[in-house]
Amino acid sequence: MSKKILPLVIGAAMGVAATTAAGATTLEDVKVKGFIQCGVSQGLPGFSNPDAQGNWTGLDVDLCRAMAAAVFGDASAVKYTPLSAKERFTALQSGEVDVLSRNTTWTMSRDTQLGLNFAGVNYYDGQGFMVRKDLGVTSALELSGASVCTNTGTTTELNVADYFRANNMPYEIVAFEKADEVVAAYDAGRCDVYTTDASGLYAQRLKLTNPGDHMVLPEIISKEPLGPVVRQGDDEWFNIARWTLNAMINAEELGVSSENVDNMKSSDNPSVKRLLGVEGAFGEAIGVSNDWAYNIIKNVGNYEESFNANVGPDTPLGISRGVNALWSKGGFLYAPPVR
Amino acid sequence: MSNQSMFHIRTEEAPLLPAPVSTTGVIGWMRQHLFSSIGNTALTVVGILIAYSIIAPFIQFAFIDAVWTGDNREACLPQDGGHSGACWAYVEAYFPQFIYGRYPTDEVWRVNIVYALFALLLVPLAIPSAPYKRTNAILFLVIFPIVAYFLLTGLVIGGTVILPIVETAVWGGLLVTLVIAVTGIVASLPLGIALALGRRSKMPIIKLVSIIFIEFWRGVPLITVLFMSSVMLPLFLPEGVTFDKLLRVLIGVTLFSAAYMAEVVRGGLQAIPKGQYEGAMALGLRFWPMMYLIILPQALKLVIPGIVNTFIGLFKDTTLVLIVGMFDLLGQIQSSFTDPTWSTPSQGHTGYLFAAIVFFVFCFGMSRYSIFMEKKLHTGHKR
Repeated sequence: MSKKILPLVIGAAMGVAATTAAGATTLEDVKVKGFIQCGVSQGLPGFSNPDAQGNWTGLDVDLCRAMAAAVFGDASAVKYTPLSAKERFTALQSGEVDVLSRNTTWTMSRDTQLGLNFAGVNYYDGQGFMVRKDLGVTSALELSGASVCTNTGTTTELNVADYFRANNMPYEIVAFEKADEVVAAYDAGRCDVYTTDASGLYAQRLKLTNPGDHMVLPEIISKEPLGPVVRQGDDEWFNIARWTLNAMINAEELGVSSENVDNMKSSDNPSVKRLLGVEGAFGEAIGVSNDWAYNIIKNVGNYEESFNANVGPDTPLGISRGVNALWSKGGFLYAPPVR
Repeated sequence: MSNQSMFHIRTEEAPLLPAPVSTTGVIGWMRQHLFSSIGNTALTVVGILIAYSIIAPFIQFAFIDAVWTGDNREACLPQDGGHSGACWAYVEAYFPQFIYGRYPTDEVWRVNIVYALFALLLVPLAIPSAPYKRTNAILFLVIFPIVAYFLLTGLVIGGTVILPIVETAVWGGLLVTLVIAVTGIVASLPLGIALALGRRSKMPIIKLVSIIFIEFWRGVPLITVLFMSSVMLPLFLPEGVTFDKLLRVLIGVTLFSAAYMAEVVRGGLQAIPKGQYEGAMALGLRFWPMMYLIILPQALKLVIPGIVNTFIGLFKDTTLVLIVGMFDLLGQIQSSFTDPTWSTPSQGHTGYLFAAIVFFVFCFGMSRYSIFMEKKLHTGHKR
């Protein structure tokens, strides 16, 4: 008892707010405080980055907004905590954020050893290669003897080593500390190939003098499934995170978008009816209102809308759907049905 | 006298001839300073070449090729494959964010008032001849922090919202840099003086505590302090209890710089001859009057360069708060690099150039003011 009270007293004395009462579930806490505290990156183009007006935008940000829409019917009921890669898990464990939506790769150790749960995958990333078009290379397997620009001390460097050795190709690493230096070196022609996560390649391409002269090769040499993370042991909140993502994917599959969602409410398709809460009580089962998915789609949109608005072909990033297309269109995205 | 006719004696002064052209004016100065020998001439030529090769591209980048207006990255893209200049349009678009962070636009006037009050109170305090020093100091050191605190964070009395609460998480840019630097500077000086006196104290416990404090904080890097306060502290607290991140940083930075300040001040104290202490005691002064009236004024004057050094170091160290997810000026600029709307080859260079200019203005200002104070306070020790 006294162990719990002492820090509280110290905290109160120093003008500190206790944000949550210990013991309550995350959903109850969130409902009491009236917003979701969302952990995002310190800036990753298209995934979570602040714009010139200071608003957070991006694919990861949309997921938090969708969760707020599901819980409150208001996508703006989110507060963002920018987190560095080092402090992100601690921030989630300690309750500083309610959900971590920060381009975090789902790995076994993170899922099992940190007291965290991954609620799904909202972007399938992987390490790729970018080359100059005039190099005349169309596949990473033709890169024998190439010099490769990359960041020091990351798994990126190790993945390159594995890939080139596995394919018996000699190569030369040109490594730098910061992403900006790597891009500058590649732009200046100090290496033939630039490698990092594919989403990063598209973002960094914008910083090249002539982005049109460069292309991303089709090979992806590592698996980086990125997804939202919640604390382990709070299944109710975990369900909300997981099914918010699933609702966005299902909505795309069923052709429900923010524009037609009002008309779709009167659709004859039973899957649409269940998704939008016209039939059944699926929302109540996860602790939110039955029109939860309607609110998500109305306020944020389906997965396709979010993708196209943040990273899609019409944005400066210009990423095509690729493996992030629906399963029915040759991609990996597959959400269990609402029923 | 009789020989007057035999000798020619000039009755009026001969007109002064101008000095040879080669020793006066610009040419003379150049001959004397730049081309006095073959070695010097060679050095001059090399120097001019180096300066030219640095300054010319800089002017080309910052002014001639620069893009001053535009709505998005299209404006700043290099034309016909060449290199593009500074993208000032991007700095313009992001300027409010660099100054206020993500402070809500409707509440920005509060930050402006704080900036204005700060300048209004600091300027007369810094000018030695301005009147009402005591009132001014009290206003600046006691009233201003309270006013600024409520203006920046918000004020709610008994449920009525007088000023809406603005969380420190949305503060950023120059605001955070200045809050951390000013708090650190203002709080670390008295704390440092106290620690320096404590370390020289004859009372064993005070001395021991001061030494442990100073050596501990000097022994850990600031980045570790910030990281511990941000990552480890939440783990020690029960779930749900969180300290404000900015508060954690402020405490960490203040304690850290206080330790450095203590050693600087101690250096000054050690330079004071024993006779000054004995003289003060002979006059019947007790410890605090002796320190306040005799020792500290002399000791602090001696170590002004060291103190300002610590201040400037502290000001620049504020950029480290980026690693705990706070956006100071540099962090805010770096975070803006991730906006694909403005992503261009010159974006990074422009952003860092802007950061360098702002930091230089503040640090150079502090440096010049310290030299001014030194000149004003020197009393016969100056060489």
